Amino acid sequence: MKKTPLYKKHIELNATMVNFADFKMPIQYSSIFEEVKAVRKSVGLSDVSHMGEIEISGVDALDFVNWIITNDASKLKPLQAQYTTMLYPEGGIVDDLLVYHLPKRYLLVVNASNQEKDFEWIRENKRGNVEIKNRGSEYFQLAVQGPLALNVIRKVVTGDPSNLPFYWSREESINTNFVILSRTGYTGEDGFEIYGDSTKGEEIWDAVMEAGKEEGEQPCGLGARDLLRLEMGYCLYGNDITKDTTPLEAGLSWLVKMEKGDFIGKKALLEQKEEGIKRRLVGITVKGRKIPRDGYPIYKEGKRIGKITSGNYSPTLKTSIAMGYVMKPYHKTGSILEIEIRNKKVIGKVTELPFWKNGSAKK
Amino acid sequence: MKILEDLLYTEDHEWIRKENSEVIEGITDYAQSELQDIIYLELPEVGAEVKQGEPIGSIEAVKAVSDLYAGVSGKIVEVNSELEEKPELINKDPYEAGWIVKIEPSDPDELNTLLEPSEYRELIEKEE
Repeated sequence: MKKTPLYKKHIELNATMVNFADFKMPIQYSSIFEEVKAVRKSVGLSDVSHMGEIEISGVDALDFVNWIITNDASKLKPLQAQYTTMLYPEGGIVDDLLVYHLPKRYLLVVNASNQEKDFEWIRENKRGNVEIKNRGSEYFQLAVQGPLALNVIRKVVTGDPSNLPFYWSREESINTNFVILSRTGYTGEDGFEIYGDSTKGEEIWDAVMEAGKEEGEQPCGLGARDLLRLEMGYCLYGNDITKDTTPLEAGLSWLVKMEKGDFIGKKALLEQKEEGIKRRLVGITVKGRKIPRDGYPIYKEGKRIGKITSGNYSPTLKTSIAMGYVMKPYHKTGSILEIEIRNKKVIGKVTELPFWKNGSAKK
Repeated sequence: MKILEDLLYTEDHEWIRKENSEVIEGITDYAQSELQDIIYLELPEVGAEVKQGEPIGSIEAVKAVSDLYAGVSGKIVEVNSELEEKPELINKDPYEAGWIVKIEPSDPDELNTLLEPSEYRELIEKEE
C-alpha cells in the first residue's frame, strides 16, 4: 500500500484510514457530515496527492494530447486548464481528467485508481515527437475548497490570488517553496488546488491549516469529498463513468469537441449519435433517508429501466440523492421512477443536476 | 477504539448492558466508526418478541447499511426515540446517549454466550 506525502499528518489528526486505489487514505477525520459542512459554509483542506500526474512534452505535444482527449486542448492558453474525458476507440471512457497547459508541457491530472492504466494507454497510443512521463510520485496535491478558500490562500501565497480566474493556474510561492496554484476543484465551491514537490507537502499543509484557523478550516477526508461531488452531480470514475459508458450517455457531451479534428473514440461517438443515445445518466432524488446505492435496479411500472451508479444521503439538502443510468424516455426531469432498495420499492424523481445549486464556484 | 469493561458484546458488534431485569443494547465504537455517519435507523416496535442473533432492525449509514441483531431473546420494552431525530448520537456517544433498544430477556442464560470485553477486543484486532 502506498502512502501520500501527507500520511503522517493524517495519523497525527487521528483520521480513519482506508485503502483506496493502492493508497492509505483518510476517509474521515471528525464526521463526514461536519466536513461537508465546512466546505459548503467555510473551507476544507484535503490531501489529494493520490491523484496521478502525467506530463507530455515535445514539439507534437498539443497534437498528441488532442488525439487522446475529447476536449480541445488547442483552446488552452498558457496556464489555463480544462476538464476532459479520454476514450477507448469503442467510445467507452478510459478516464476523466484535468489538462493543464504549463510552460513547455501539458500536465494531465488523472484519477488515482487509473494512473497506471492511463500511463500505459497513453504510451501505447503515442504519436509524433513527444515525451511521456509519469510524475505521480513527485507531486503532492492539496485541495482547499469552500466559499472562504480565497481568504485562506491569500494569507499563504506571495501574490494576489483573487484575480486568478476559474480553471486557470499560476506559479506561486508558499514559504519560498515553488508551487502551482490552480483555481479548480471538484466540490462545486470556490477553491484552489496546490501542486508541488512531494517533499514539501507537509510544510504546505501546515501553512494552509494555520492560515485557515480564523475561517474554521477543517481537514476533509475522502468520505466528504465523495458526498460533495455527488451533491454537484459530478461523475466518479468506476461508478458513474466506466469503459462501458460513453460521454454522450453520461451527460458529458460538453467535453466532446467533434469539430476539432480526429481523436480516439470519435468514430464510435458519431455512430452512437447517429443511432441515437439509448440511456442517460441522470440525477435522482429520493424522499427520506433510505439510500439508493451502486447497482440497485430502477423500474418503471414493473419494467426494469436502469440502475443506480452512486447514491448517498445529502447532508446539505437533507434528502437521499443518487445518480444512475435510465433508458430513454424515462430520463426526463420530473420523471417518476421506482428504485428497489433491499426488496422494497422506493419512489424516486429525476432531478436536474446539480442537486446543490448554491455553490460558490466561479463559473 | 473504545471497548468498555463492564459490557458484553456480540460478534456482530453490538454491546449489551445488564440493568436490573432488562438489558440495553447498542452498537460498539468500532461498529459506528466502520459505518461512518449514521443517517437513519429502522427499529422494532415496542412489544415485539425477538430472538437472539436474528435481525431486529437496520442501520443506514454513509458507508453502508447493516442489520442490527438481537443480543438476547426477549421482548422489546423501549427503543431510543431520540435517535429518530438525532441518529448521530450513535457516532458521538455509542455507549450512552446512542443506546438503541431495551430488551426484557426471556432466557437470562443467553448472556453467558456473549463475548467478554477481552474476547471482543481480540475479534476486532483480527478484523482491523
